[in-house]
Amino acid sequence: MNSWSDPRWGDALTHLPDYLGNHVRVSLAALGLGLLISLPLALLARHRPGVRGALLGFASIVQTVPGLALLALFYPLLLVLAAVTARWLGFSFSAFGFLPAMLALALYSMLPVLRNTITGLQGIDPAILEAAQAVGMTPRQSLRMVELPLALPVIMAGIRTAAVWVIGTATLSTPIGQTSLGNYIFAGLQTQNWVFVLFGCAASAVLALIVDQVLALIETGAQRRSGLRMTVGVIGVALLIAAAVMPSLSRARQSYVVGAKTFTEQYILAALLTQRLQAAGLPATTREGLGSSVIFNALESGDIDVYVDYSGTLWTNQMHRTDIKPRGELLADLKAALSKQHVTLLGELGFENAYALVMPRTRAEALGIHSIADLAAHAGEMSIAGDYEIFSRPEWATLSKAYGLRFRAQRQMQPDFMYAAVAAGEVDLIAGYTSDGLIAKYDLVVLDDPKHAIPPYDAVVLLAPKRENDSALRKALTPLLGKIDIVMMREANLRASIGQSAADVAKWLWESIYTGHAAR
Amino acid sequence: MSVISTLISFEHVRKHFDGGRGMPPVLAVDDVSLKVAYGEFLAIVGASGSGKTTLLRLANRLIAPDSGRIAIDGADIANVDAIALRRSIGTVFQSGGLFPHMTVADNIGITPKLSGWPAPQIAARVDELMMLVQLDPVAHRNRLPNQLSGGQRQRVSVARALAARPRIVLMDEPFGALDPLTRDALGEDYRRLHRDLGLTTIMITHDMAEAVLLADRIAVMREGRIVAQGTATELAHVDDSDVDALLQTPRRQADRLRELLPRNAAS
Repeated sequence: MNSWSDPRWGDALTHLPDYLGNHVRVSLAALGLGLLISLPLALLARHRPGVRGALLGFASIVQTVPGLALLALFYPLLLVLAAVTARWLGFSFSAFGFLPAMLALALYSMLPVLRNTITGLQGIDPAILEAAQAVGMTPRQSLRMVELPLALPVIMAGIRTAAVWVIGTATLSTPIGQTSLGNYIFAGLQTQNWVFVLFGCAASAVLALIVDQVLALIETGAQRRSGLRMTVGVIGVALLIAAAVMPSLSRARQSYVVGAKTFTEQYILAALLTQRLQAAGLPATTREGLGSSVIFNALESGDIDVYVDYSGTLWTNQMHRTDIKPRGELLADLKAALSKQHVTLLGELGFENAYALVMPRTRAEALGIHSIADLAAHAGEMSIAGDYEIFSRPEWATLSKAYGLRFRAQRQMQPDFMYAAVAAGEVDLIAGYTSDGLIAKYDLVVLDDPKHAIPPYDAVVLLAPKRENDSALRKALTPLLGKIDIVMMREANLRASIGQSAADVAKWLWESIYTGHAAR
Repeated sequence: MSVISTLISFEHVRKHFDGGRGMPPVLAVDDVSLKVAYGEFLAIVGASGSGKTTLLRLANRLIAPDSGRIAIDGADIANVDAIALRRSIGTVFQSGGLFPHMTVADNIGITPKLSGWPAPQIAARVDELMMLVQLDPVAHRNRLPNQLSGGQRQRVSVARALAARPRIVLMDEPFGALDPLTRDALGEDYRRLHRDLGLTTIMITHDMAEAVLLADRIAVMREGRIVAQGTATELAHVDDSDVDALLQTPRRQADRLRELLPRNAAS
């Protein structure tokens, strides 16, 4: 198949106005805010060596924080802040998506602007500064008429650097709920859709280049006093702003938002929920690639309306429970506990996506390993791989303790790569997911858990507090409850992992449910 | 020089600078008293580090004296608004001090602009000044300083100093960086402007010949003090080895030139 006739290019293109618009919006807002903070600070600091050192030091430290971590940190920070303002000032704001992304990116943009503004102003010939004083300029006039214009090329170079950084880093704002070109990259990475990954990278690179060139036009225009260049540059900025604002204006305001975490199954289920809502005449959009700790808070605060989570995850992460109960009991308790927070557990989808220890069938048979209990004796010589969170989750501690597991090595990797890694013998076993289609594809075996140390992970549909009494929403989603079994979900996950789009797989899933339903 | 009314006076002015890390403070101007009369062209001559530039910077309050009093028209400048004072005094710097991002016209018109003159009046004044310093307004008005020769730049600098019709002009080695021909022409041109416009000028130079040729009176500075002052003729009678040494150069040049360039080839 010709790689350009791949339908995924077209699929990628349909998302472009939304992703690009949001990306430009958050980047420009962050850059604007960053400038608004950095420029006055730089002016304030230029004659004060102490302040200057402290500021540049702070900005440098911010720069050493990985972009993803910086973005992630702003989310809990704003949650706390929102709670404080709600309590003391009587208003709250969304700690999700745009705001934390903009603030973190603004902070990220500060270093080049601060540094270049300060060096630009300091680099001016003292004789010129004395001349400015001698012709009768006030310090403010000297700054405006002489110092800033002369430092402008250096300052603009800093702004351009900041713009490129911000646009690049903005791709990482997807997990905290800000739609960006990173949606392509995160979704593509999860579903092994390399067309999406490439498309996302290329789009953000092109955007960064365009913004850089537009700013360069303004810079040289200002330098050469060329009105034409300035005008073209300013028009360029205006077009960018228009491009950023237009799509969001045309979009319906009151639509349901379906959330999805950062793995294949979640993309499929979010697409399925969205399609069901749209089929019922309810406007719906998806927010994909949300961090697994972000998504529940986002639901609670109403930033998203509905998503699929797993009972065991909620039990340990949200309820902070370490005891393990039988499937039915745990669900009932969970439902009750959630309703106290006004979160509705609408019901189970019918399958479980549990953590499971998985290894190649041939190896397991050769070693005579059938269950985790059999594994314990071999663990000391074995290496295990898991997703980014499993080894720090409470379930892992419970599981290791229950069976006395101690592995030679633990590695973290992208979930979709684990199965290939264990099949190839890169690691001896993995902490995989029971609903993953790759288990069958690579001829892997799921080890039994005779002590029931791993909690049940029923896939459940959760509704936001503000949708508690939304009968239209309930009616649209109820037909899905109890209808997706593990075999169907594995098949669906497998289809997605070999390149079908989440939307197509969701359609297939619905048809299977429907035909199965009709046959019954 | 008998009783002429004084425009600028320095009375026991003292100024020191911190010597930097671990260094003793430097006394740049040490108890200087000096009077400049209305319409006078005073040159201050001395080696580098003798304090002459500091004295000039004190006059338009770019720096403040440690002690002593500087007065213009009898009024202590410490009590005058520094910004207004600087706008009322023209200043010419050694390297021109032109703003590199502004056109010739904008550079010349800067002080009137700061003082709030209406734009048409500034434009007219700029053209008038360019004619005065013998620069063609049409050809040079919209150029940037780096598109001019050194001499042209210094003409612009003089025009800028004169723009707001000051009575006083301070010049810090204004022609030092120019080639001898340009320097001579510009010096003569300025001397004419000084006379025609009724200016009072203080010019700093390390070149005694230039001082002798342009100034009415010369003050010689050494280590922050004024060691001698008077007309060239008066200085010739001062019994000071430094003053004598300073005068040697122009004398020797004059003798040599007379030898080499006889007026009458036949003699």
